[in-house]
Amino acid sequence: MSNLLEICGVTKVFGGLTAVDNVSFDVRRGSIVGLIGPNGAGKTTVFNLITGNYRCDRGEIVFDGQLLSRLPPHKIVYLGIARTFQTIRLFQNMSVLENVLAGRHCRMKAGLLASMLHLPSERKEEREALKFALHELEFVGLREHAAQRASSLSYGNQRLLEIARALASEPRLLILDEPAGGMNEQETEELMALIKKLQSRGLTIILIEHDMNLVMQACEHLVVLEYGRKIAEGPPEEIQNNPKVIEAYLGVD
Amino acid sequence: MEEFFQQLTNGLAVGGIYALIALGYTMVYGVLKLINFAHGDLFALGAYLGLTLLTSLGLNSRVGPLAGLALLVVFVTGLVALAGALLERAAYRPLRQSPRLSAVVSALGASIFIQNTIMLIYGSKIHVYPKGILPAVAVNIFGLQVPLVRILVFVVSLLLMAALFAFIQKTRLGTAIRAVAIDQDAARLMGINVDQVIMIVFLIGPGLGGVAGLLVGLYYGQVNFTMGWIYGLKAFTAAILGGIGNIPGAMLGGLILGVIEALGAAYVSVAWKDAIAFLVLIVILIARPKGLLGERVADKI
Amino acid sequence: MNRRMWGIIAFVAAMAAVPFCLNPYQVDVFNNIGLYALLALSLNIILGDAGMYNMGHAAFYAVGAYTAAFLNTQLGIGILWTLPISGILAGLVGLVLARPVIHLRGDYLLIVTVGVGEIVRIALINNVFGVTGGPNGIFGIARPVFFGFKIAKPHEFFFLIWGFVALTVLLFSSLKNSRFGRALDYLREDHVAAEGSGIDTARYQLLAFMLGAAWAGMAGCLYASKMSIISPESFNFWESVVIFIIVILGGSGNIAGVILGAFLIVGLPELFREFKAFSQARMWFFGLAMMIMMVFRTEGILPPRPRVFKDIDRNVS
Repeated sequence: MSNLLEICGVTKVFGGLTAVDNVSFDVRRGSIVGLIGPNGAGKTTVFNLITGNYRCDRGEIVFDGQLLSRLPPHKIVYLGIARTFQTIRLFQNMSVLENVLAGRHCRMKAGLLASMLHLPSERKEEREALKFALHELEFVGLREHAAQRASSLSYGNQRLLEIARALASEPRLLILDEPAGGMNEQETEELMALIKKLQSRGLTIILIEHDMNLVMQACEHLVVLEYGRKIAEGPPEEIQNNPKVIEAYLGVD
Repeated sequence: MEEFFQQLTNGLAVGGIYALIALGYTMVYGVLKLINFAHGDLFALGAYLGLTLLTSLGLNSRVGPLAGLALLVVFVTGLVALAGALLERAAYRPLRQSPRLSAVVSALGASIFIQNTIMLIYGSKIHVYPKGILPAVAVNIFGLQVPLVRILVFVVSLLLMAALFAFIQKTRLGTAIRAVAIDQDAARLMGINVDQVIMIVFLIGPGLGGVAGLLVGLYYGQVNFTMGWIYGLKAFTAAILGGIGNIPGAMLGGLILGVIEALGAAYVSVAWKDAIAFLVLIVILIARPKGLLGERVADKI
Repeated sequence: MNRRMWGIIAFVAAMAAVPFCLNPYQVDVFNNIGLYALLALSLNIILGDAGMYNMGHAAFYAVGAYTAAFLNTQLGIGILWTLPISGILAGLVGLVLARPVIHLRGDYLLIVTVGVGEIVRIALINNVFGVTGGPNGIFGIARPVFFGFKIAKPHEFFFLIWGFVALTVLLFSSLKNSRFGRALDYLREDHVAAEGSGIDTARYQLLAFMLGAAWAGMAGCLYASKMSIISPESFNFWESVVIFIIVILGGSGNIAGVILGAFLIVGLPELFREFKAFSQARMWFFGLAMMIMMVFRTEGILPPRPRVFKDIDRNVS
């Protein structure tokens, strides 16, 4: 099984509008796949279908041999898919560290009683979680901000914090929704390096991004959506010269 | 069968009152997406102001019954509308940019505040409306003896609802209210004075609620300072039943709830009468949160 | 941190002196404050920590009190033995009632819980299952016996009630600094982000509701044992409102704030008891305070303190 994720004929309808129409593609283990297309093409909807925020009206999504349809988002995280949000959704009033610990939650076990009584097993688990979270903060370069409020971080750092939170759940598949959104050029460069580092850690990544430079350099496979339908798929250099894609982007008749 | 029709007309009259109060909830919800918890207490304020105008000022004995009644409606509407606008200015407008739930707590505080203001002024005992404001006669409708006051309550509430509906649908201001309800920012960009529209909604909603308070005083002949909560909750149920934010829905919901309650009290159990509305509310919120004609209220992703 | 420790020590010392220095009436006021502190701490889990607007909390208080009263008067079970049973039953009732409505948005949940509270009270008045004694309630509840020591006087109840408050504070504050407590913070702050980070939000909402309801049930048991007579009117809508106000004004999410709230809302009016006008205007002041507080200080008198991770630097490796 070389595919980590298989999306087969997925359709999602909102009211009368078909946001995602019979879309299929596979994600190879260890690869970085870019999902591109004009605004409103249904990219984020595809992400929300993978992460369980929406339910497919038709089609199915298989992750590592397991059918994802009908699972709630937290179960999907538990299975090994973590995400970041297009509009940053951090716990703004909590510390950077607490934000990362949120991602760690699903790998911890302490229940109500153990938490109330601070049992030794619970303390050990807490210590390990703390260590893990700090390690991930170090990895994305936010270690020195650990005690700060999340809302005090710069926009770019907030995006990195979302990645750290996702990493804390030890995902095998990472879903990044416009990770470079709001970043300046230098931050984008650093992000690209980080994404490569993530790949070398063995992670598989799908990302939505409007920064074509980043997409072309980082991704080895692209899927192009327009009006909810897949119009092209292939390696970046091939997509760049695909007439259908050029038409979709430039609106040539 | 006689009993059934009596309960039905009773239910329609009470339902008309619920509908009038429900309109205030639904209109405020429409423009602010806030449940105005103090609305029920503004309704109670209307009932007490009506009482004062009738007893202390002897409004009725000075100008004759019909003109007196009309004046009463005008005064109560005006005063409660003013109270509503004041409430908006003091307790809600400063919180327009705050988290939604701060406004909810402020609304609860306002409710407790108004209710206890009434209690401190009038005392905590039940007050009785003076008798003989309306002749205690019954009207024969298709062989059914219906008390005059019941017909009056129903007709007045229907007239007010019709007037409101025409206002919302046909006038410029009504259009502005509908626009603000759909999208505040877009309405502001189109040159609508949003603050003014919200203020007007807080004049109309409480004004109608105040009249409803007066009608309850006339219908049941007595008022107490906690009546705002129980009627408020029932009217809110009516608004949810019809679909919150939806004006015809509030009217429909009020009438349906009034009838369900009257028939439930008559045929199921009087002791559980007050629980019926709450059961309806819970069932609606579980089974069809958007109500009969309205929008979704459950959390959206 | 040190100042905080000294504050706690001073508070505990002052409280320990209460039963020895004050007359029975005054001690009883402290007992009432303690009961409301318990109720507010239990609601704080639901309202302050998990952010669910519950204004029918008196219903669970009632379930606990009636369970204890019934078991004690009908089956002769010692009232303190009924404490866990009251808690479990109230928790289960909370679970069953909350299950279908938990997904509702804040203000709708509030209205529904008001409805639930009223339905429970009406059910008690109507003597459901023939066990609640109707409008008169249940009387003749026996005094608690603690290891052969009979608790009857106010200053004896003081130790029972405030002992339970102390235990509650210990358990709830360690809960706050745990995986469980953090999960409630996440779901209150951003439901979607919490779920997307792998937290089973529905489960935690239900657990929080159940825990809060169970604790209110145990407070109800203590109340029944203290009063030896209970009736539906003790659990009316205004009880729920008062508990709600204590949490909001004191500082939702902050244990010390909630206890301070109980002192202010229950204790302060006692100081003005002689002035009749004042005690009548109690709720009027609270209503006004809620509005002013929301406009000027949304988080209550004592806002929640940020969590401290002691070994944040020791762990750099």
